[in-house]
This record gives sequence, C-alpha cells and structure tokens, in this order.
Amino acid sequence: MLKATVYVTIKQSVLDPQGNAVQGGLHSMGFSEVGKVRVGKYIEIELNTSDRAEAEQRVKAMCEKLLANTVIEDYRYELA
Amino acid sequence: MNFAVLVFPGSNCDIDCYKAVEDTIGQPVSYVWHTETDLSQYDCIIVPGGFSYGDYLRCGAIAQFAPVMKALKEAAEQGKYVIGICNGFQILLESGLLPGAMLRNQSLKFRCHAAMLQVENTNTPFTSQYKQGELINIPIAHGEGNYYCDETTLQELKANNQIVFRYQAGNNPNGSVDDIAGICNKAGNVLGMMPHPERAVHELLGSADGARMFTSILSTWREKHGAAVNG
Repeated sequence: MLKATVYVTIKQSVLDPQGNAVQGGLHSMGFSEVGKVRVGKYIEIELNTSDRAEAEQRVKAMCEKLLANTVIEDYRYELA
Repeated sequence: MNFAVLVFPGSNCDIDCYKAVEDTIGQPVSYVWHTETDLSQYDCIIVPGGFSYGDYLRCGAIAQFAPVMKALKEAAEQGKYVIGICNGFQILLESGLLPGAMLRNQSLKFRCHAAMLQVENTNTPFTSQYKQGELINIPIAHGEGNYYCDETTLQELKANNQIVFRYQAGNNPNGSVDDIAGICNKAGNVLGMMPHPERAVHELLGSADGARMFTSILSTWREKHGAAVNG
C-alpha cells in the first residue's frame, strides 16, 4: 500500500482571489510581515499497489486528467 | 427541432431551460440523465447551470467524465448546437470543448443579479436575432465565473471572433479576462456563457432579452435544414 499526497495550487501567473483574501485577513490582524499568500488543495490518495514506478505514473495521470486543471493550476505529489 | 437538457446530479437550472425552450419556441424538449450515452436524436443540447456532482474539486471537473459527455462531444463534432450555461459553461471548459478555465470571482462574492451584456458576435446560431453591439439584460448567478485564458488563447478567440458576449464596459461582475461573458468554439456551434438567458424569457422575469437566443437557434436551424415553418 502506498500513499500519494497531491498538492494543487493556482499558477503563479494567475490571480488567486482566495489567497488575496487570506492575505488581507492576515494583514488586518496585524501580521504585517505577510507577503503573497496562495491557497491550494491538499489531496491524500491511498493506492492499492506497491509498485512505486507504476504508482507514480498513475498519480501523474490522475493529476493531469482530474485533480488539477493545468490551464490555471500547478500540481506536485509525494509518494510514501 | 429536438432539444435535450442534460441533467447531472446537482443540476438546478434544468427545469428553467426546459421551460424556456417550451415557452419561447414550443419545440420538443427532453431531459437527458447524465448516465445516457446516446444523443443522436437531438439537434440542440443544453448543458444547464447548477452544481454538478456538488462541484467538488472544481466546478464541472467531475461532470466532464459523465457517460453522456462522450455523446456530447460527438454531437459537437457533428455540428449540432451545444449551449453550456453557467455550470454548463464550466463543464464545457473542463471537458475541453471550449478553451480556458474558471477562477473564483475576483470579489470572492457569489454574484446574483441582472447584468448588461454586449452582443459581440451575431454570426452564431445562438445570436442571429440580436444586433451587433446591442446591450441586453441577462441575469447572472455564480461564485466562480471569472473566465481566464492565457494571452495566446485570448488572441485566438479575438482573431476567430469567438467572443460572443462581453459584460458592459465598467460592469464586469467577476473579473473575467477582457470582460468575457460568453465564448463559442471555432466552428461556432458550441456556446458557453455564464449569464442565464433561460431566466430572461419574459418581461415578468425582469427581462425578455434571453428569448431571442432560443428563437435565433430555431430560425438558424430551420434555415440550415430548409425545414417547414411548423417543422
């Protein structure tokens, strides 16, 4: 059994309205040191396999097809 | 002319779309459940608004893999008319039938009100009865209608005259690129728009400006198919 952890974030070149709202919130709370904030998604996926190479390939396909919209989002993943 | 209104779990503008077709042009219209795989009997397919599959992950992301979507892509390739409204537009973007993607409204607010649109392209089956540059009143209701595409795609959209509706200058409710409210594919038979023409088919609803979208579709289809007036 492997576990994939997938992180999906809005691309740096694309405006992230949620990130901006959180940044504004932190500033108004007095955390003036806060620069840019990006809000993303964290996805845990249990995989019924022990073949790391295959799992990696499959997770990449999941990201490309469904988990991230690559027009506006970047993704990265970890396998453990 | 036969109309289909697709129904996904979470669609909530399906009845409005059905009624709009019935009331404006009186053509046969059917609800088609997302598990169906055959759309061959329909001439125009409407992908209605709502929250397909709860809009989990991203709006329209899960709906793009519904069984009916393969048939929808085939219908689009065959030149049949396809309209995606609101969540339907998001589904068409996610499925790659139209270019670009949706971001949250810049204001982060769910915006639900009347909106003035400028008709930018009257050379589509959906807009032939509007005047070029005409301002029309069509309501919006969305939290994630901030249309985004990269600069290259935007230039392509402009070059191919694929921008069908823009929000009135200075009144963009969601922050979309170039004030875009609706676009079509290169062939012009697939339209996606965030505003809801089906909610503006009678003065009692606040505006009847959406009615001409439906009459445009019927008259263009009849011209193309040489159908009798009552056909």
